[in-house]
Amino acid sequence: MSTAVIANYPIEVDAEGFLQKPEQWTEEIAVAIAREVGIDPLTTPHWQVIRFMRDRYLQTGQAPSIRTLGKESGVSTKELYQLFPKGPAKLAARIGGIPKPHGCI
Amino acid sequence: MTRIVVLGAGTAGTIMANRLRRLYARDVSAGRTTITVVDQDDQHVYQPGLLFIPFGDSEPDEIVRPRRSQLHSDVALVQDLIDRVDAASNQVALSSGTVLRYDVLIVATGTRIAPEETEGMTGPGWRERVFDFFTLDGAVALRGALERFEGGRLVVNVVDMPIKCPVAPLEFAFLADAYFVKRGIRDRVEITYATPLDNAFTKPVAAQALAHLLEDKGITLVTEFNTGRVDGQGGILASWDEREVPFDLLVTIPLHAGAEYVSRSPGLGDDLGFVLTDPRTLQAAVAPNVFAIGDATNIPASKAGSVAHFESEILIENIRRFLAGEALAPDFDGHSNCFIETGHHKALLIDLNYDVEPLPGRFPFGLIGPMRLLRESRVNHLGKLAFRWVYWNVLLPGHDIPAVGPRMSLKGKELPPKPADRPTALAPH
Repeated sequence: MSTAVIANYPIEVDAEGFLQKPEQWTEEIAVAIAREVGIDPLTTPHWQVIRFMRDRYLQTGQAPSIRTLGKESGVSTKELYQLFPKGPAKLAARIGGIPKPHGCI
Repeated sequence: MTRIVVLGAGTAGTIMANRLRRLYARDVSAGRTTITVVDQDDQHVYQPGLLFIPFGDSEPDEIVRPRRSQLHSDVALVQDLIDRVDAASNQVALSSGTVLRYDVLIVATGTRIAPEETEGMTGPGWRERVFDFFTLDGAVALRGALERFEGGRLVVNVVDMPIKCPVAPLEFAFLADAYFVKRGIRDRVEITYATPLDNAFTKPVAAQALAHLLEDKGITLVTEFNTGRVDGQGGILASWDEREVPFDLLVTIPLHAGAEYVSRSPGLGDDLGFVLTDPRTLQAAVAPNVFAIGDATNIPASKAGSVAHFESEILIENIRRFLAGEALAPDFDGHSNCFIETGHHKALLIDLNYDVEPLPGRFPFGLIGPMRLLRESRVNHLGKLAFRWVYWNVLLPGHDIPAVGPRMSLKGKELPPKPADRPTALAPH
C-alpha cells in the first residue's frame, strides 16, 4: 500500500491504483482516475455504473461481478464494455474508489 | 451429541468426512458424534480424468466410482437434492422435505458449469460444434466430434474466471495439437486459444512459460477476449467488444458458478453462488459453525483437487478447535499444486500459494526432484498418471501425502532474481 496524490488529495492506493479506503473517495477523484485510464468525460451512464458499484460494495462488502452489473445496474453488458473498455468491473471499481475485486487464478 | 453435516461427496467432501470419522472414531462408533454427507447422486467422477476422454486416452468407466464406496462405513450418505441452508436455525432443508439439523456444517458442493449464462452457447450447435469437457457427457460427446474432425478451425475458449482447474483449457489445447499430429492432419487444423486474461495464464512467470509453449506448438493466442455470445450454427465466437473468432469446432470452458442452493440460502454465497469464506481459516462468513472447502468457496486459490486436499489438513484442525471451544488457526496459505499435460507424454508441474507464484525448480525434494517445476518432462507426466491411484487410495480416504505438506515449501524453487537479472529466471538448465 502506498499514498498517491489524486486530485490534490493524499490517497491510500494499492500497487494497481485501487483505493484502499473507500471513504477517501470523492467525485473529483473519480474524474481524475477516469482521465488517467482514458475515460473522459464521465457521462451519465458511467456515473450510474460507478454509483451502483460503490453502493453495492458499501452495503455488502463485495464488489459486484460483471454479470451482476449487466443484470442490475440498469446498463446492459454490451454497453458496459463500450463505457469501460476491456474490464468494466475492474475499471468501475477503480474509478468508484473501492478495493480491487477478488483476484482469482 | 454432535451432528456434523457435510454437503457434497466430491473430492473435498469425501476427504473431510473420512478425516472427521478418523478424528472422532470413538465418538462416532459410540453414536456420540454423527457424520452425514449429502449428495444428489452416487457417481464420484475422478475429474482430472475428464481431460483424457475426448482423445480416447481414458474411458468413462475408468474414472467413475460409487460415492458410497469412497466413504467410511460409519459415515452416513444421504442421496437427495439440497434445497437451502438456514444458518440462523442450524438446519439444511432437502428437496424431499427432510430437514437435517447440525452443530457443524461443511459446504463442499463444488462448482458447476453454467453454459446457459452465455447467449447462444446452448442454442443450435450445442454438442454438435460447441462442446465442454468439464462434464462426463460433454467429454464423451466431444470425443465423437474430434474423431469426425478432418481439418479446420478448432477454438479453445475460456468464458470467465474463476474456473475449475485453471490450466485444463491449456492442457486441452496442447493435447489437441499432439492428437492431430498423431493423426497426421495437424497441418489441416488451425488451433486458437481465446482467453479473458491478458496472457496465457494469471501468474506472470508461468504465463510466460505457457505462452511460449503455445507458440512452439503453433497455437494462436487471443487475449482479453470476453465472450459475449456464441453462434453455433454460423461458427462465430464473439466478444463483448465486437471481436469475432470463427470456428468449425469450439471447445469452451463455460462460466462457473456455485451449486444452485447456495444462492437460495440467505447470506451464504456471493453473486455467482460461491460461499463467502475466510481465506485463512476456511470459516464461512454466514455463521461461526459453518465452514467451506474446495471449489465451493470464494477464496482466491485455484479450484483444484490439490487445494481441497491441502485445505482439508487445515480445516480438520479448525473444526477440532471449534468444537473444543478454541480459537481457529489462520493457517491456510493458498497452496496449490498442479500437473499440466503438454502432449507427447510430457507434463509440467506447478506449485504455488497466495503469495508465491509458480516458479521453476525441482519437486518435492529440492535438488533431487524427481519432478521438475515449470518445465516439460516425462517424469511429470508419469506423476500425473500415478496420481489417479493416489487419488482413490490416499487422497479420498483422507491420508496425508508424504513429503507434500499443506503449507507450500520453497525447497527446490528458484526464486526470481532481482529485477536487473530477471530474464535468466526461465533459462533452461
